[in-house]
Amino acid sequence: MRALILCLSLLLALPALAVQPDEVLSDPALEARAREISKTLRCPICQGETIDESNAAISRDLRLYLRERLVAGDSDAQAVQAIADRFGEYVLFEPPARGANWLLYLAGPVMALLALLVGWRFIRSRNLAEEGPEKLSDEEKARLEQILRD
Amino acid sequence: MIAELGHFALILAFAVALFQMVVPMVGASKGWSGWIDSARPAALAQFGLVGISFAALTMAFVTSDFSVALVYQNSHTAKPMIYKISGVWGNHEGSMLLWVLIVALFGAMAAVFDANLPPKLRARVLAVQASIGAAFLAFILFTSNPFLRMASPPFDGRDLNPLLQDPGLAFHPPFLYLGYVGLSMAFSFAVAALIEGRVDAAWARWVRPWTLAAWVFLTIGIALGSWWAYYELGWGGFWFWDPVENASFMPWLIAAALLHSAIVVEKREVLKSWTILLAIMAFGFSLIGTFIVRSGVITSVHSFASDPQRGLFILAILAFFVGGALLLYTVRAASMQARGAFAPVSREGALVLNNILLAVSALVVFVGTVWPLVAEMLWDRRLSVGAPFFEQAFTPFMVALAIILPVGAILPWKRGRLKRALYPLRGALVFAGAVMALVFAVSTGHSALAVIGAGLGAWLVAGAAVDLWLRTGNSGLARLRRLPRADWGKAVAHAGLGVTFIGISLLMAWQVEDIRVARIGETFTVAGYDITLESVEERPGPNYNSIIAAMTVDRDGRQVALLHPEKRVYPVQSMPTTEAAIQNGLFRDLYLVIGDQQQGGGWAVRVYIKPFASWIWLGSALMALGGFISLSDRRYRVAAGARHARVAPQPAE
Repeated sequence: MRALILCLSLLLALPALAVQPDEVLSDPALEARAREISKTLRCPICQGETIDESNAAISRDLRLYLRERLVAGDSDAQAVQAIADRFGEYVLFEPPARGANWLLYLAGPVMALLALLVGWRFIRSRNLAEEGPEKLSDEEKARLEQILRD
Repeated sequence: MIAELGHFALILAFAVALFQMVVPMVGASKGWSGWIDSARPAALAQFGLVGISFAALTMAFVTSDFSVALVYQNSHTAKPMIYKISGVWGNHEGSMLLWVLIVALFGAMAAVFDANLPPKLRARVLAVQASIGAAFLAFILFTSNPFLRMASPPFDGRDLNPLLQDPGLAFHPPFLYLGYVGLSMAFSFAVAALIEGRVDAAWARWVRPWTLAAWVFLTIGIALGSWWAYYELGWGGFWFWDPVENASFMPWLIAAALLHSAIVVEKREVLKSWTILLAIMAFGFSLIGTFIVRSGVITSVHSFASDPQRGLFILAILAFFVGGALLLYTVRAASMQARGAFAPVSREGALVLNNILLAVSALVVFVGTVWPLVAEMLWDRRLSVGAPFFEQAFTPFMVALAIILPVGAILPWKRGRLKRALYPLRGALVFAGAVMALVFAVSTGHSALAVIGAGLGAWLVAGAAVDLWLRTGNSGLARLRRLPRADWGKAVAHAGLGVTFIGISLLMAWQVEDIRVARIGETFTVAGYDITLESVEERPGPNYNSIIAAMTVDRDGRQVALLHPEKRVYPVQSMPTTEAAIQNGLFRDLYLVIGDQQQGGGWAVRVYIKPFASWIWLGSALMALGGFISLSDRRYRVAAGARHARVAPQPAE
């Protein structure tokens, strides 16, 4: 019975866990770069996982390909570009700031500035205290004089 | 029979909700007291009926009644009892039933506890709350009936997704829903106030406990989910900026903003219309969150239910409630006259800045979350927005928030002086500087993240201590115990935020990771720890088979830990899960994972040293605790008659 269970569980073909020991590059500096980059790349078939954490076979292919590029002397940007060229923009968790994506990157700062502006104007409008006691309008002055005269 | 009873109770609850939605609302506008008073029993009846329905479904799961389709799809006789129960909400239909149960629960609580509320306002609040309940009851009855029977009941079920068979995840959804749905109370109060056309300090005082409770539950729910990810997914990640996580994070941020702006309404009677808008937005983001999770429109790890028809229904609910509330808002907001005046450098000024930072950061998360959808619809571009973007775009707001928080927390109302506020904080400033210097000295690399994050965290914690100290007004420790609980809650929650800051930044900057093949009996060294793979064996579990390793961790010749990382296979769903072995420590976690057997002998083994990891959840727990302490403050219990105690407009000194 135990043998059967073992056979069954082997048959189920466990997907390998994320980064495997045999993938690790011998140069620690290069490996560290590979890990950093692979944390920004998306597994094309999983649901929102990076290739660094994904168990899928294609993620392993991507990890190996990335390391190949780095060993071949690519810079980080070149290696990422090479992968994006092959697998599409979809794999980049950090969307390239070109085309309409500028809107995405500008949204935060622009909204912050607008909100600060509106907030500042609101506070200014409420900040009556700063100008000291309110000045009387002409009408009020006239009325005051009239009261004093009576 | 029991399932049919549950279904019938649900239909009755829908009818009651429709009644409760219309009759008290009409009564309140006509002034018919009988109709107004009908809101209370209706709210209680609605809760009772949904409760019966939920109990019936739970019964079906507990007794493994596989003639109910939902039980067949999500349960198994061999599953441990706790997961049979949590399986009730571990699926689409059941989780929506839980959602409606909580909507009704909050309605019933408002009916029972808010006895001091003016009857008309209460009738309107309960009517709005019932309309939310009715919408979701219709959603369940028409698109997601959990009580569907199967013509020929199968012998056994298909089991629950093994990832969900976990204590952390069993209680993650209920807390999250208590938070999401708790915000519906703030929404109901906001809409009722818009209909009445009146918002004052008393209103803010009634809304705040509900918002606070919702925020506390959201905090707990989010923390549980992130803790679960940390130990279950096998590499110790705690936050992924996944759409579903963002969906819970946006209402959390807005609720935090709402909490603070409601304080300004309560104390100073300004920011009224903004607070109403935040209340609408907070629940709006809850609905958006529900939409994202339930429709599966944005594919992510979590969407275990996806069905376009359901998505459309929820979108319609979202459009109706948010659209309707905003329409009402544009008509009525102008009538909410603010009273008080204040200077830019004041507590109110700081809270306005707090609101700006929290609201804009929530909007940044929102834009990032929906951007792939927008890009696909408008430009046919398939792209992803993930952690690297959010870390860049979101972090600056949190840094700014942390810098101003301790200053704003001690600024006086109406008008303050920056110099005078900074003076008592000089100790906190020195402390934060010392922590930064220490972290800089200890860091081997050039980690700005660690230095800034830990410095800000220390600044927040020390600032919270100064805040408490100032409240005692020089009369020393004895007074500390007699401070209002709200003061304690504020300080504890703010300190909790600081602790979480420290945890996140030090963990991300200092984590050590090691991946290798280890043979049985072999010892290897990671960051000063000697780790030995002692043995690996198979062991059957109740509804899974497991491969379990024994690993010892030594430091300087003394054993620190004996850990058992595990790998499970759930045969029914043919799905493997990793069960990392973690030794939690105050200053570091040891995190061991066993991988596959290698062809040349030995096992793939991963070792992580995770400094300050527990501080992330310790801080979250403190934030939640702070919320609870505030909730227990006397002020909320004696809010009776608060409506009469208007804050008179006072001249600034």
